[in-house]
Amino acid sequence: MGEVVGSRYLGIYYLRWVQRIVAEGERIRLSLRRMAQQIIERRTPFALIGIEPRGIIVAQAIHKYIEMAVADKVHLGSLDITLWRDDLHQSTKLRVPRPAHLPFPIEGKSIWIIDDVLYTGRTVRAALDALREVGRPSEVRLAVLVERRGMRELPLAPDCVGFILDTHPSEKVIVRLEPVPVIKIELRQHEASLGD
Amino acid sequence: MRHLLGIRDLTTEDILRLYELADRFYEVLQQPTRKAPALAGTTVALLFFESSTRTKLSFELAAKRLGADVINFSAAGSSLSKGETLLDTALNILAMGVDAFIVRHHGVGTAHFLAANLPVPVINAGDGTHEHPTQALLDTYTLRRHFGRLEGLTLAIIGDIFHSRVALSHLHIAPKVGLRVRLCAPPTLIPPLWYNLGFPIYHRVSDAVKGADALLVLRMQKERQSYPPIASWEEYARFYQVRPEHLSGGQVLMHPGPINWGVELHPDFVHSKASRILDQVTYGVAIRMAVLYAILRQ
Repeated sequence: MGEVVGSRYLGIYYLRWVQRIVAEGERIRLSLRRMAQQIIERRTPFALIGIEPRGIIVAQAIHKYIEMAVADKVHLGSLDITLWRDDLHQSTKLRVPRPAHLPFPIEGKSIWIIDDVLYTGRTVRAALDALREVGRPSEVRLAVLVERRGMRELPLAPDCVGFILDTHPSEKVIVRLEPVPVIKIELRQHEASLGD
Repeated sequence: MRHLLGIRDLTTEDILRLYELADRFYEVLQQPTRKAPALAGTTVALLFFESSTRTKLSFELAAKRLGADVINFSAAGSSLSKGETLLDTALNILAMGVDAFIVRHHGVGTAHFLAANLPVPVINAGDGTHEHPTQALLDTYTLRRHFGRLEGLTLAIIGDIFHSRVALSHLHIAPKVGLRVRLCAPPTLIPPLWYNLGFPIYHRVSDAVKGADALLVLRMQKERQSYPPIASWEEYARFYQVRPEHLSGGQVLMHPGPINWGVELHPDFVHSKASRILDQVTYGVAIRMAVLYAILRQ
C-alpha cells in the first residue's frame, strides 16, 4: 500500500514510513462545505467549538463556509481538553494545556464540537466534561472531518462527518488543511534486515 | 520537576512553564465550577508544623480544584507530643496512601530531608528562614500579570530580610526571570554575607523605592528574632514603615502576609488601590495548582 516516504536504519531494523493519500484539495473543500451546510440546516442559534490543537483548523474552515453561506457572524471558540483527559496519569511527560478561547456564553445554545479525526472517542468524552465546567448548552453535537470506523472505545457517534475511513490501529490518520488540504494514512513499518 | 524544594533547583524554563500553567489554571478558576479534574485519583498530604493561613488554605484549595484528595496534618494535637519523630510521622501518613507531601517546618532543610527519605514528591511550603518557593513564584506571577512582563522590572524588598525565607527565594528567582531586586532593612536585619551578593542594599525606604516598579514589604518576624535587632517596634515603624508617600512613583505594593498594620505597613494601605496584596492571594491558588500539576502529572 502507498508510497514509502522515509526510512531509517535502527540496528537490525529498518523503520519505514509508508503513506497513502486518501483525499486532497477540492474533494476536502467540498466536504467541508457540505458539513457547513449540514450544520446550518439543523437549527439555530448555534456556535462552533474546535478542539485544540488540530480541531481548530477544521473548525475555522467550516466556520468560514458557514459565514459565507449565512452572511452573518457565527460564534467560533476553542477548547483544550488536556486537563480532562483520562490518561493524564499514564503520561510520561508534562502536558501543558493551551488557553481556552470561548468569548461567548454557551448557555442555551446548540454547540458543535469539531475535531479533525474521531478515533477512540476519548477526546470527545473529555471535551464533553470540559464543556460542562463552562456552562449548560441546550444540546451538543459532534462534527469530524474524518471518522475512523469501528475504532470507538466509548458509545459515541458523530452527527456530521466528512470522510469515513477503514483503518488499522497501527495506522495514523493525518489531516492538513494548509497550504493544500490533504488527508493521509501513515504507517510505520518495522522490517528486520538481518544480513542487509 | 520531581520535588519543589526551593527556587534554587528550578531553571528559567521550569519557572516559565509554571507561569504558563498558572495562566491556564487562573482561567479554570474563572469558570462557573472552578474545577478541572486533572489530579483526580491522587491524594496530597499537608504537613504543617508551623502556623499558616494563606499557604495552607491555598494549597488545599489548589489540590481540591484539581480534583485531588487532601489530608491535613497539624502539629498541635498530633502524636508529636508523645515523641513521634518527623520521619515516622511522614512514613505513617505515607502508609495510608499519599502521592505527595506539602511541608512547612521551622527547621531549615526539612523538606530536603523528607525528599531524601520518602519515595514520593515533596513540596516545600516554607522551611525556617531558608526558602518559600511558591511565595516567590506567586509574587513574580502577580507582577507578571500586572505589568505583562518581568524583564527589567525593579522590585524593592523592604523589611525583616534576615529572618525571611521569602527574600531568599526572591534572590534565587530574580536572575532567572530577569527581575532586578534591591533590599532595604536596618543593618541588623540583613545577613552580613548578603552584602557580597551584588544586590543593591539600602537603609532608607525613601532611597529604596526611588525608581522601583514594585515593593515587597516583609513582616517583622518577632517569633524568629532570638535577639532584639531593633530598639523597639515604634522605632522600626518610624524609620522603615512603608507609607503612602513612598508610592508616589506609582509603585505596586505587595506583602506576603500576615501583615502587622502600623509596623511595616501604614494602615492607610488597607483599602489602597496600589495594593496587590489580595491579588497575590488569588494568583497564589493558580500558581499552586500549576506546581501540583507539574509535579504530579509529568
